[in-house]
Amino acid sequence: MSTARTRTVLFLAPGLGWLALFMLVPVGIVIADSFFQRGIYGGGVYTFTLENFARAFDPLYAGVLLTSAKIAGLATLAAVLIGYPAAYAIARGPKHRQPLLLFLVMLPFWSNYLIRTYAWIVLLNREGLLNQGLRMLGYDGEPINMLYTDATVVVGLVYNYLPFVILAIYASLSRLSGDLWEVSSDLGASPFDTFRRVILPLSLPGIAAGAVFVFVLSIGNFVTPDLLGGGRVQMVGNLIYDQFLSARDWPFGSALSFLLIGIMMVLLFAQALVVSRSQGEHHG
Amino acid sequence: MTADSAGAMPAAPPSLEKAPAEAAPLLTVEGVTKLFPGITALDSVDLAIRANEFFALLGPSGCGKTTLLRILAGFEAPSTGRVLLEEREITHLSPNRRPLNMMFQSYALFPHMSVRQNIAYGLEMDRVPSAERRRRVDEILATTHLTDAADRRPDRLSGGQRQRVALARALVKRPRVLLLDEPLAALDKKLRGQMQMELKRLQHDTAITFVVVTHDQEEALVMADRIAVLDRGRLQQVGPPALLYEAPVNRFVADFIGQMNFFDGTLVPGGLQVPGLGHLAGTWPLDAKPGQKATLAVRPERLVAEPDEPAGCTNLVSGEVVEIAYHGQDISVHVRLPGQDRPALVRASASVHDRVRYRPGMAVTCGWQTAHGRILID
Repeated sequence: MSTARTRTVLFLAPGLGWLALFMLVPVGIVIADSFFQRGIYGGGVYTFTLENFARAFDPLYAGVLLTSAKIAGLATLAAVLIGYPAAYAIARGPKHRQPLLLFLVMLPFWSNYLIRTYAWIVLLNREGLLNQGLRMLGYDGEPINMLYTDATVVVGLVYNYLPFVILAIYASLSRLSGDLWEVSSDLGASPFDTFRRVILPLSLPGIAAGAVFVFVLSIGNFVTPDLLGGGRVQMVGNLIYDQFLSARDWPFGSALSFLLIGIMMVLLFAQALVVSRSQGEHHG
Repeated sequence: MTADSAGAMPAAPPSLEKAPAEAAPLLTVEGVTKLFPGITALDSVDLAIRANEFFALLGPSGCGKTTLLRILAGFEAPSTGRVLLEEREITHLSPNRRPLNMMFQSYALFPHMSVRQNIAYGLEMDRVPSAERRRRVDEILATTHLTDAADRRPDRLSGGQRQRVALARALVKRPRVLLLDEPLAALDKKLRGQMQMELKRLQHDTAITFVVVTHDQEEALVMADRIAVLDRGRLQQVGPPALLYEAPVNRFVADFIGQMNFFDGTLVPGGLQVPGLGHLAGTWPLDAKPGQKATLAVRPERLVAEPDEPAGCTNLVSGEVVEIAYHGQDISVHVRLPGQDRPALVRASASVHDRVRYRPGMAVTCGWQTAHGRILID
């Protein structure tokens, strides 16, 4: 083995070892578990079965999966629609102001995820700041119930993952040379044409990365639906949580987790495809 | 001679101008000043660019030439002054509404489009019908030798091909004026020489007015019909290459274009008094006054250096060879002259060198004809 190769292996070893130990092994256990029968006192009985997967496609549970996909999809769409203009403004703004704006985008991460989510309850509940504000503006009807709906969950998810979307899209926009805007205009394109024909296609990898990120983290999320959905909105994350901690049905929880991992893998693959497409076929 | 060539000189060849001076300008720059925070990029520049002309904006980096080009393209607006296309003012017209196209120094090709798509882009924006679009793209692909590369993406092209795509993409729109920002800067030396000729051919064949920005004086001399020399935002001189070379109006132009020997002194009747060299004959500039500081400029190829007094020269100074540099087709002889900090540069042909056999330490007499020296005041 050449020294360069030895060095590569040596440098990769800690990272790969960490991932192998703390990711591949648990995932392997989950996958194995998903093919076992449920034990009477929880845990698995080591008998092979596909029953857990059959159950996952039972309308009752498939519906939860679909709701999760719908909520995650809406959160993704909203995050991209809100995040893109922000990323665009930062990337096209003066260079010296970009570090400050990016810092502000990251600022929410200074406080804990749970606290940030609880803050939404303070804002949105019947006696919350938003309802109080409405009353001060002259609204005198019943307080509006803004908590514990699908929309509230979407708002919470968008809020939490928006910074990642902005960063991902910013990263792809800031790589584009300013000459592209100018040359397009010089060739007769209106600003809208320039965006549609040049900038949007070239920033697709950033959109894909940000979108997959939001979708993957949203569809498996169980904290936000629990707090902002108040148990009324069940997502697949909550279902899995319940299987492991309340129902003590680990094999079924594992099967659901396995399905979720499968969805994520497909999406990550699709994203990789978008990236390689937009970078041209020069590797082929 | 036109108003361009201020300070016409007696020895200048009679017909240096190619186009008639009366030709109506296609593109007019009137008193254009551009201020950026802390600097004046352009200082009341006036220019008249004629139809079907290959025009070069020449100067060192930071002289304002690119800013001027960007004002012509519409990417910058001048702080004061106007830009006119024929009679029409276009100073504040946005770039996509100007019948001018620019070739970027970076080429700025669209990385996600094939060569053909890149070239067709501008025609699509103009809503050119698809049949005509295809025909014009095919035509320009052939003209620029890109037919075989038409379906490739920019990242699969060589540097020379990328340069031609950028050119084709601007040319296919048949602009009134094609603006080129350092079009050859990214090419290697040999390819650059070929492309200089290629650009000249394209300009001639398409009959489109070219305005090229370059910092390379040789490139400007080879390609352009007329050159505008800029320094620190100010226009120094405008004229055909031979005029700028033979009759520069000031020390900057004389120094920037080609190589030049300068002898600093004081104006006296009939010429210049130079410390160490005595009286050198020369023609005064029109607005000169006796006793004024001035410099006498002589091209290296106009200087002769001989062991004995060279014949046919009106100015003679003795010196000593300090160094010689061999170039193949000719040689450079560096001659130290009394009172001069820098050795004078003499360009001698191979045959002269065969006869004289220059060597360091050799005593020589340098000479030149009065008409080949030019007195400049700064």
